[in-house]
Amino acid sequence: MSVSPRHAVAVWRRNAAMYRRTWMWNILPNFFEPVLYLASLGIGVGAYISEMGGTSYAAFLAPGLVCVSAMNGASFEVTYNIYVRLTFEKAYDAMLTTPIEPDDIVAGEVLWAVTRASIYGACFFVAVTLFGLAPLPQALWALPVIPLAGLLFAAIGLCFSLRVPTIDMFSFYFTLFLTPLFLFADVFFPLNERLSGVWLWVAEALPLLHPVRLARAAFRGTPAPVLVWDVAYILVASWLLLHWGRRAARARLTS
Amino acid sequence: MIVEAHSVSKRFGDRLAVRDLTLGVPPGICFGLLGPNGAGKTTTMRMLYGVTRPTSGRIRVFGRDIAADPRAVRARLGVTLQQSVLIDALSPIDNLRVFGRYHLLREPELSRRIDDLIDFLELRSHAHVPVRVLSGGFQRRLAIALSLVNRPDLLILDEPTTGLDPAVRLALWSRVRELRAGGTTVLLTTHYMDEAQRLCDRVAVVAEGRVISEGVPAELIATHLAAEAVELDCSAAEEGTLFGNLPAPPRRLRAGTRLMLYVDDASALLAHIRQHDRGSHRTCIVRPTNLEDVFLSLTGTRLEGAA
Repeated sequence: MSVSPRHAVAVWRRNAAMYRRTWMWNILPNFFEPVLYLASLGIGVGAYISEMGGTSYAAFLAPGLVCVSAMNGASFEVTYNIYVRLTFEKAYDAMLTTPIEPDDIVAGEVLWAVTRASIYGACFFVAVTLFGLAPLPQALWALPVIPLAGLLFAAIGLCFSLRVPTIDMFSFYFTLFLTPLFLFADVFFPLNERLSGVWLWVAEALPLLHPVRLARAAFRGTPAPVLVWDVAYILVASWLLLHWGRRAARARLTS
Repeated sequence: MIVEAHSVSKRFGDRLAVRDLTLGVPPGICFGLLGPNGAGKTTTMRMLYGVTRPTSGRIRVFGRDIAADPRAVRARLGVTLQQSVLIDALSPIDNLRVFGRYHLLREPELSRRIDDLIDFLELRSHAHVPVRVLSGGFQRRLAIALSLVNRPDLLILDEPTTGLDPAVRLALWSRVRELRAGGTTVLLTTHYMDEAQRLCDRVAVVAEGRVISEGVPAELIATHLAAEAVELDCSAAEEGTLFGNLPAPPRRLRAGTRLMLYVDDASALLAHIRQHDRGSHRTCIVRPTNLEDVFLSLTGTRLEGAA
């Protein structure tokens, strides 16, 4: 069975119908978060740092934090929210009584997670632009990175969610996977200045590193050959994970 | 046949949930799948709409192999599940709209159908309030409305009236009859024998994953038992003294302390009980034999409540 795009959109629209009712309350926190981070780290900590990676500390942080917000937006959607739809709302049981197939559910949910990631990331982008940290127009090249980051973390989170038996496991995903990524994937300090030798190669495995590098290159207007590898990593990893996620979804939803 | 299941079995690990089940549902009737909880009704139903794959055997719905073409079959199918699948935060109208989109319905047809269903299931008074504030009966009516949004040729109802009060049950039954009268084939699972008897043209009694009897309810009753049932509380020891010396002993079934006797004419038996039950005026109930009795005679266990 393959994905039917129109059925996948119907799955997406279920989530959109629910989100539409509360979007004001959902969107507002997306603006507070960047302001708080930039105030504390950019302005507070940044006052003690004359420059990092060639820019002010706040300017160094801004592109990384845009990617982190996309990562968080997608991750919440494919972990807690998918679990609620699966277990409590029985949304997928209902869909499977209609012509919708598990593949459509996976496609619709990933599309929705990318949508949420894009909303989060775009809000963050607007905020850092207002702070004067996103030099326009070149920083606009970071906008396509937001859905790419969303896609990658939707794929990773979905595979995790479909394999865990209880909702309690999600806190491990956040504290042992996403938080270390947040702290060590080039967001707060330039990884390539702190690591050497083989560790630089190992670091390339970190998923968050790639969108961050892309976004930072956009903010600085410094394209480089390595960015091709970053885009390839995101697309290939997402494709492989989603391929596996399709099978996991079929196993979880049908018997 | 709208539904044809041919020697279908389903194994979950060590447990055989459905064993060698064969079933045929002709068009335009209301067909009941009866059995206690755990008999395999829900698994059977899930296999019919293609979400559970049989371990062996084959299933055809509308003449199509459900395993080969699930989307095409489910496009003509409505299914009301036992558990609630409603979206709590949305109104009945928005729930119907979301569900209609699963069937790729578009405006203005979608709104037209929603309007019809709101009327048909009498949801108008609360059409715009969030589902979470609605009563159980209201929610069940909406659940049935959802499964009708694609105007299905076959409606599958899993335990449609479990947990509902009698007035709501009666109202739902009359809707099901209207649908059948309009040409929809209905397949329902239930463990309420009265529901099956009032609503179903044919029933299949399922126990431990297999069909143990099938037919028109009245004929099933007539085949297995006499027309009237006399029911009384009576210990096994008393049973011997009361009925041991009857010339033509009637069929007797026991469920705990409750004894049921099946006869064509209850008055003679009642006189016999009065005569031999000296001093004790125990209460006897005389009623028409029903499907519950058939189930008891076939399986030795009762369907509803504890034995």
